[in-house]
Amino acid sequence: MASLHAMLIYTLKRLLYVTPVVIGVSIICFLLVHIAPGDPLSAVLPADATQELVDQMRAAYGFDKPLPVQYALWFWKVLHGDLGTSIATGRSVASEVMRAVGNTLILATVATVIGFTFGTFFGFVAGYFRGSPLDKVASLVSVLGVSVPHYWLGMVLVIIFSVELNWLPPTGAGPDGSAAWRPDAEHLRYIILPAITMSVIPMGVIARTVRALVADILDQEFVHALRAKGLREFGVFRHVVTNAAPTALAVMGLQLGYLLGGSILVETVFSWPGTGFLLNAAIFQRDLPLLQGTILVLALFFVALNLTVDVVQTGLDPRIKRT
Amino acid sequence: MQRVWTTIAGIAITALAGNALAQGTLRIGMTAADIPLTTGQTDNGGEGMRFMGYTVYDGLVNWDLSSADKASDIVPGLATSWSVDAADKTRWTFKIRPGVTFHDGSAFRAQSVVWNLEKLLNDKSPQYDPRQSAQGRSRIPAVASYHAIDDATVEIITKIPDATLPYQLAWIMMSSPAQFEKLGRNWDAFARIPSGTGPWKLTAFVPRERAEMAPNTAYWDKRRVPKLDKLVLIPLPEANARIAALRSGQVDWIEAPAPDAVTSLTKAGFIIVTNSYPHNWTWHFSRIPGSLWNDIRVRKAANLAVDRDGMKELMSGLMIPAKGVVPPDHQWFGHPRFNVTYDPAQAKKLLTEAGYGPNKPISTKVLISASGSGQMQPLPMNEFLQQSLAEVGIKVEFEVVEWNTLINIWRAGAKHDNVHGATAINFSYSVQDPFLGLIRHVECDLAAPAGTNWGYYCDPEMDKLLGEIRNAFDPAEQTKLLQKVHEKYVDDALFLMVAHDVNPRAISPKVKGFVQARSWFQDFSPIWMAK
Repeated sequence: MASLHAMLIYTLKRLLYVTPVVIGVSIICFLLVHIAPGDPLSAVLPADATQELVDQMRAAYGFDKPLPVQYALWFWKVLHGDLGTSIATGRSVASEVMRAVGNTLILATVATVIGFTFGTFFGFVAGYFRGSPLDKVASLVSVLGVSVPHYWLGMVLVIIFSVELNWLPPTGAGPDGSAAWRPDAEHLRYIILPAITMSVIPMGVIARTVRALVADILDQEFVHALRAKGLREFGVFRHVVTNAAPTALAVMGLQLGYLLGGSILVETVFSWPGTGFLLNAAIFQRDLPLLQGTILVLALFFVALNLTVDVVQTGLDPRIKRT
Repeated sequence: MQRVWTTIAGIAITALAGNALAQGTLRIGMTAADIPLTTGQTDNGGEGMRFMGYTVYDGLVNWDLSSADKASDIVPGLATSWSVDAADKTRWTFKIRPGVTFHDGSAFRAQSVVWNLEKLLNDKSPQYDPRQSAQGRSRIPAVASYHAIDDATVEIITKIPDATLPYQLAWIMMSSPAQFEKLGRNWDAFARIPSGTGPWKLTAFVPRERAEMAPNTAYWDKRRVPKLDKLVLIPLPEANARIAALRSGQVDWIEAPAPDAVTSLTKAGFIIVTNSYPHNWTWHFSRIPGSLWNDIRVRKAANLAVDRDGMKELMSGLMIPAKGVVPPDHQWFGHPRFNVTYDPAQAKKLLTEAGYGPNKPISTKVLISASGSGQMQPLPMNEFLQQSLAEVGIKVEFEVVEWNTLINIWRAGAKHDNVHGATAINFSYSVQDPFLGLIRHVECDLAAPAGTNWGYYCDPEMDKLLGEIRNAFDPAEQTKLLQKVHEKYVDDALFLMVAHDVNPRAISPKVKGFVQARSWFQDFSPIWMAK
């Protein structure tokens, strides 16, 4: 483990480097409204607004000021947690996005547990028994995981488990929607199908990665040396795990980032009220403030996640020298 | 020991008695992508009014939704009667129904009507709501001014004599002024705890996911106090998700099932209810300078290029091929001379005459939605049209937007930026009254923002006919004039006339007592759930 002092320095340096990334991301999100064709005001005003209202809004939104000034004002509001108002619903974007993020987090957590567990398991099995039929089966499962369109899989699961067998509900987050969500049996029934659907891609990717890592590590000289010294298999296994962990974690971190972004397709198939569902609604409704706010929050999550993975990786693997 | 038995007996009796009284919970999957606006003047078009308008609220004028066999007409709602001054046909007097209270307990009086009209029309009033105004203002173009003569009488003055005023007012819902004041004059707060006079009270509301309603036992029309314990609304804009929800028992009723699911639904024991109703599915053409649809030959060619019987097959029979703008058996159909049929050869001939052909192809963009109230199955139907038109040489590209967004673009008019250069909009219209069915699309003064003449069509001859209708306070005379207007619509091929819907719904056999009215709206009060 790298020294605590070095870790701290590294973490602070990374935080510093992340700042221009955050600013860059925010600039792109801000410009979305202006890239969209037409007067940005036409996207935020009711269709039959009077000229007086238009002028009022133009001043209120600051569209009469130069672009850099507009950006600074918008960014200042964002720093205070004000992401604007949704055109479609009139509700604050921040509250809508936070509620959706919460729902996606729940789904992503369960999908993570399923995907990472099975992915790692299949990867280890394939790596340890490489070349054998077991390896081929495990590899087949992981390839299928990344190849099958997951929204199609979701629909098939609904047909089998909801419509035909009537075991699980086809849509929604709970018997009363996402309000008052609790991790009880009733609510978990609603998560199972969407979580399985969302877990197949990460499962496939992680299985492939872990298999390659394990196969590579098992071939290295130090493993032969350990075995020659008489270390039992479980001891060797522990060494394989610690050596595979940093890379595997980096891959898992990225996969978690994708899951947190919510899958527009899966959340729409299951009407799961998360960020993907919200993005879908915002796109169709041309709700630019909502779109802007959601994308900004998701992008920032991704940046934070990358930072965390980098720091953890460095902490785990003393061989990685960071500057 | 005896206490235990008494308790058990007590619980058993309560449970049994409870079951006898419980009329059940009806869960409905809507095509809307969100819960319609709950503050009174709802959005999401006809579906919004059906589920969040006439449920939680009433208008001065309501619709008679009690019969499946005859056309639905207007009936007294919060107004017991109305009349127009014989000497000055712009003065209307509405008598207010006595003894009506809002859900919050406050009284409904003539002043409440004035307050609600101000909510939509006067942007200086404290209750003005831009969102409700955007939905409601264009429904009442006739209204010039209004005041309460006393607690029980409202006078409404129209801009010019207009016999269609009661039809316009049927669209205006009455929200509670007292509730608005109590909640700090905040419409967002009102949206969470709304108060109207309607047969249903909103009891729970999760945005984008679910709304729950319970009966208003103090409703002023005792025959329409709902029998159900609870009504639940769930937005399910994706057709497959709706069917899965019905088939798996998650909901008991879905709006607009996909036509190709009808066979499997019927086999599984679900009931498909249909009925004709005043509906028109069309492409509304833009008539601004430069639009290709300004040439009557192009409009007629497009109409002749569509194989409507083929489309009916695509819809598994769930549609009536159009011969005009109103259904062929409608009282305003008249005797148009242009025969709306499938004749691609004639279509090509007309396009050649208009100067188009392989050397000068036509290419244009049309706005459509993916779902929505009355839009039937927009994606396959529009693709069918795209293919049909391509076969005669008209290339169409689509811009697909969400239903509520399409409504906003429709209100904004064909010249607005949001139209992105499209020359037509696929919209479905109610034809249940003269204004909704025919007048609002073509009157010169009703272009945006004053009204919904989306295409900016203007023909003095048509305006003259419409003026005569407004002055026809005799129903027979009005019908004759409406027939003339309809004939002009068809003969001038003002729209792409495609289809009429049959209002399909797929319902669980446990749903009892439902009478499907010939209307865009339905009455949920007589419904109860069997065990």
